[in-house]
Amino acid sequence: MTRLIDKRMGFFLIALFIAVVLIPVGNLMMEGKPVASYVVQLSGKYLCYALLAVALDLVWGYCGILSLGHGAFFALGGYAMGMYLMRQIGTRGVYGDPVLPDFMVFLSYDELPWFWLGFDQFWFAAIMVMVVPGALAFIFGWFAFRSRVSGVYLSIITQAMTYALMLAFFRNEMGFGGNNGLTDFKDILGYELQSDATRAGLFIASAVALVAGLLIAKAIALSQLGKVLIGIRDAESRTRFLGYRVEGYKLFVFVVSAMMAGVAGALYTPQVGIINPGEFSPANSIEIVIWVALGGRGTLVGAAIGAIFVALAKTMLTGWIPEIWLFALGGLFVFVTLFMPRGVLGVIEEGWTKLRRKPTAPKEVTP
Amino acid sequence: MTAQLYLDGVERSFDGFKAINGLSLYVAKGELRAIIGPNGAGKTTMMDIITGKTCPDKGEVFWNEKIDLTKIDEAGSARLGIGRKFQKPTVIESLSVEDNISLALKTDRSVFATLFAKRSVAQEERITELLTLVRLEGERARPAADLSHGQKQWLEIGMLLAQEPELLLVDEPAAGMTDDETMRTAELLRELAGKHTVIVVEHDMEFVRALNCKVTVLHQGRVLAEGSIDHVSANPEVVEVYLGR
Repeated sequence: MTRLIDKRMGFFLIALFIAVVLIPVGNLMMEGKPVASYVVQLSGKYLCYALLAVALDLVWGYCGILSLGHGAFFALGGYAMGMYLMRQIGTRGVYGDPVLPDFMVFLSYDELPWFWLGFDQFWFAAIMVMVVPGALAFIFGWFAFRSRVSGVYLSIITQAMTYALMLAFFRNEMGFGGNNGLTDFKDILGYELQSDATRAGLFIASAVALVAGLLIAKAIALSQLGKVLIGIRDAESRTRFLGYRVEGYKLFVFVVSAMMAGVAGALYTPQVGIINPGEFSPANSIEIVIWVALGGRGTLVGAAIGAIFVALAKTMLTGWIPEIWLFALGGLFVFVTLFMPRGVLGVIEEGWTKLRRKPTAPKEVTP
Repeated sequence: MTAQLYLDGVERSFDGFKAINGLSLYVAKGELRAIIGPNGAGKTTMMDIITGKTCPDKGEVFWNEKIDLTKIDEAGSARLGIGRKFQKPTVIESLSVEDNISLALKTDRSVFATLFAKRSVAQEERITELLTLVRLEGERARPAADLSHGQKQWLEIGMLLAQEPELLLVDEPAAGMTDDETMRTAELLRELAGKHTVIVVEHDMEFVRALNCKVTVLHQGRVLAEGSIDHVSANPEVVEVYLGR
């Protein structure tokens, strides 16, 4: 247990807990709303990104699989949740059809496509949020890892995967709202999405999911399986010759990571109020890699911090001077790669140990 | 005497170049065998074929007279009991010395078994025993990346032993070791023979002499000569292709 929640994890969990208490309290219970509603919504979104970063760090940081398509698993989770939210609209849509979502009426669908069945139930959608990304990761990984596709080649095909999905979801015939995606959501589990209480609830749910994701990833990393993953990352053929079927291990961690990304996407959709094919865009997936690299690869907590930090910077910079955001992001990535190979967390921890060492030295001399 | 390892008429070419060309080799259970040969003689390809990394174009490769090794992958060969040590010491650098050994211990290698694996007292003792044997007990908690070249060699030998293999394939174990370490390695390998079958690929003639075992000379993917070190050193063909250079 002490290993599961080490110093790094402990500090992060405390900080997260404080935010989870202060933000909703400031928004819902205090006079004059010191925390604006959009801050709650934005914070919830950042936590979803943080969970997504943890998912990527598990495969990249521990197993060396650089996936440039993790945005696809996130988006699929988001779509699965979006489908539930669409079905919840019911007769409140523009066309007032009790079964068909607005875009289907507009595209003259006669009946609900088979793959939309069951999504009126929350439990079904909640399962699909993990099953759909997990299944895609399983099929994709099964072929890629068995054929021993690795390194840059794997990164390129993951990128192709998310790009192909983006093009597919843009098509109206796919039955997922095409270009516009899924939007105009009204409520979730009967609670109105626009209300402050629901937003606070979603924010807290995102925090809980992030903590769960962090602990699951940490438990995997600490297990004997986690050591095998590091073996695969550092010396793949050595690990094979020790008798481990590397493809099975890669497949396991890839599927777990995809499911985690799916959950992140599912919590993201109700908070931003829309999911569209743009979420599959390769640029999104590359941004996830930057979060993880910036925060510190193979640290889990660092990945979460990196995601929150970059997302915050993006919000501020795009509001201030939108043109420079991409340059800033690119510059940040180059800077981190060149000067901070262990990421921000690595630098902080190095600095901390240096600081600690100095004051303790004279203490030993004077009792 | 049963052949633990049996290769007959094995051929393997890469882009038209015959790396292995009609290789036949029989190694008995418990034997210690040294394999020497100049660069490009096919030593590494031979090991790749035995461990299932490469598939031969032609010929038969059998394990314990029953199991066809041409149909098995690297992990499969390791599970059968074939342990391989690479020429360049290959350990898992970011894991501790102890964890390196623990990964190699003979256990269930399936994904879910490793996910929920708990280290037993017996395993703990076995790790200590192996670390003492390879004289790395003091480095137990250090990352393997911190070890010297020679210590990495020893760690890899320790990992090999942790697998409890029936056959040890050892590629140039003495490379990068001091004279003293080299002699200790030779001694260890001699001790292991009998209990395990050991095949050593080596360049260092002093080391091969110290092993004091049957020597096979490979040249152009075939066996050129076989016998004691004195016997093969006296062979004029061997002198010409290898020793004389």
